[in-house]
Amino acid sequence: MKSEQQYIDLFTANRSLIDRGGAEIMNACREKALADFARQGFPSQKVERYKYTDVNAAFAPDYGVNLSRLEFAVNPYEAFRCDVPNLSTSLYFVVNDTFWEKSLPTATLPEGVAVCSLRQAAEAFPAQVAECYARLARTEKDSINALNTMLVQDGLFVYVPKGVAVERTIQIVNLLRADVDLMVNRRVLVVLEDGAQARLLFCDHAMDDRDFLTTQVVEVFAGENSNLELYELEETHVKNRRFSNMYVDLQRGSAVSLYNFTLHNGLTRNRTDVTLSGEGAEVGLYGGVIADKEQRVDNNTLIDHRAGHCTSRQLYKYVMDGRSVGAFAGRVLVRHGAQHTVSEERNANLCATSEARMYAQPMLEIYADDVKCSHGSTVGQLNEQALFYMQQRGISREEAQMLLKFAFAGEVIDAIVLEALRDRLRHLVEKRFRGELSRCSGCGLCK
Amino acid sequence: MLEIKDLHACINGKEILKGINLTVNAGEIHALMGQNGAGKSTLSNVLVGNPAYEVTHGSVTFNGKDLLAMKPEERAHEGLFLSFQQPVEIPGVSMVNFMRAAVNAKRKYKGLEPMGAGDFLKMMREKRKIVELDSKLANRSVNEGFSGGEKKRNEIFQMAMLEPTLSILDETDSGLDVDALRIVAEGFNKLRTPETSALVITHYQRLLDYLKPDVVHVLMDGRIVKTGGPDLAVEIEKRGFDWIKAEAEAD
Repeated sequence: MKSEQQYIDLFTANRSLIDRGGAEIMNACREKALADFARQGFPSQKVERYKYTDVNAAFAPDYGVNLSRLEFAVNPYEAFRCDVPNLSTSLYFVVNDTFWEKSLPTATLPEGVAVCSLRQAAEAFPAQVAECYARLARTEKDSINALNTMLVQDGLFVYVPKGVAVERTIQIVNLLRADVDLMVNRRVLVVLEDGAQARLLFCDHAMDDRDFLTTQVVEVFAGENSNLELYELEETHVKNRRFSNMYVDLQRGSAVSLYNFTLHNGLTRNRTDVTLSGEGAEVGLYGGVIADKEQRVDNNTLIDHRAGHCTSRQLYKYVMDGRSVGAFAGRVLVRHGAQHTVSEERNANLCATSEARMYAQPMLEIYADDVKCSHGSTVGQLNEQALFYMQQRGISREEAQMLLKFAFAGEVIDAIVLEALRDRLRHLVEKRFRGELSRCSGCGLCK
Repeated sequence: MLEIKDLHACINGKEILKGINLTVNAGEIHALMGQNGAGKSTLSNVLVGNPAYEVTHGSVTFNGKDLLAMKPEERAHEGLFLSFQQPVEIPGVSMVNFMRAAVNAKRKYKGLEPMGAGDFLKMMREKRKIVELDSKLANRSVNEGFSGGEKKRNEIFQMAMLEPTLSILDETDSGLDVDALRIVAEGFNKLRTPETSALVITHYQRLLDYLKPDVVHVLMDGRIVKTGGPDLAVEIEKRGFDWIKAEAEAD
């Protein structure tokens, strides 16, 4: 118990303050979360799923936590211009853990659809929130979940009722904003009822030159025959530490595509656990990572095939430069009885310098006998012959390297369904490789 | 245009070129023949600056400049082009982007503005016709999934785009059927001007029938052992290299 104690003390000393800022259902889960957190402590790097990220070190510093829910001076519309050309979205902001209430484009959402503060949703949609909150993100086995559940006060709620299709992309910009080093605990609940359709785009930015530590727990419920595309795009800075745990449950016939791009960051640890609960469900996980300097990115996935006739596809590509460290561990579990499962897992990584490190660990566990599964991983360097070929045509070595990296990353960008976003991401990735995205493109600091 | 003096070069510590002397003037086509392992490809690689090869002695001047002091891309900008014996496949990089990067890099070197997208695509279309390259190929990744013949045609297409003053054709005829060979050779001839020169490395007379070299050299064990007119190539086709070897050893 080293870095854990300060969080236990913080919780114990401020329990009533935390409760005052949270919803009743959140408060009801705190005691158990505390017990689970105290029992487990932060995982050491001997714990398999945390092998490549030093959690203790990330949580050791003393961050401020905005438990009294002071409002930070910010005008997100002023600060943020993540314009994706040709893509008009219903745009919302979450500042730290707080849903930005001041301008709500509710008119653009179909009737019954909600995009709002989770705390308020607990009152406006008590049944849905009560049924879903902390159901997938269990605190017994993951201390990040436990810590988040202990301290969380707000976040985001997205709800699409039965049979409703939201045509327009719902864009949520998560802004980190603080005048002191800050810890943020954010909770996101996404509920798609049977036959619902939506596309969510999360963009993470850090506005201030401060140390940030974020724990984020996302729970996604995809009802029968629902369809969800969920994009996450991180463009923060080197002082940001992100711990995001996402849990997705797919019911019969539903289709979910998850995209996660880490374009610029400090330390990022994304855990994505997908459960295919109903027959014929389909999930796709697509991850793109570009890292340099001392950046660290760790993607850890689990796809649990519980029902038969489901399909899962994973493609993660990393371009590692400088002295960055990347990790990908993807476990596919095909349970007994999950016949006719189709699962593909592919992870390809490029280490552009001899100092960059990549740890790749594709895993496949099969307990059914009539399935089609593949998994594989590669780590390689830039092709010297190709570089020389391009140089002979007059392309400088630097430009040739850029073209090769871009080509490598291109495969996962091409997996994006939404054309405008695909184009935008190509542009951002190219800028990133040219070194023009040294902090982040959307925040106030770099304009 | 190109002046090679007493050039020695090695790869992995093994000396391959053992004193090459060669002068190519503007407008001339030189054929370079010789058995496998004679050093033909090494010479072409050294000229374009492949970092795998080390020059240990000698000098190369190109249009009065010290070629060996230049980076590979600068040599290209100065007008040197190599049609690779084995063109490299570059998955994910489209021919269009590749060529645009190459053409604009050269323009930048010459102090010109980048070419506009419209003009560039028009240029691509025109130059493609020279080697009858399918428009679909131009939209694909560089050399990826191209047949042997398509790759070689693609090399000449790139040559057409970049308009070099000295082209090195490294066994451009290898692996080509008669029709592809004709297309490639005729494409090359269309690009010739009184100012452009070429160094053509080949084992066979066939390509030279089209290209009509001014001078033919025979390379043996890292040295040029015989130089003659176009007749020399015809004679080699008939008699092989052994008689030249015997002559060289007698000297």
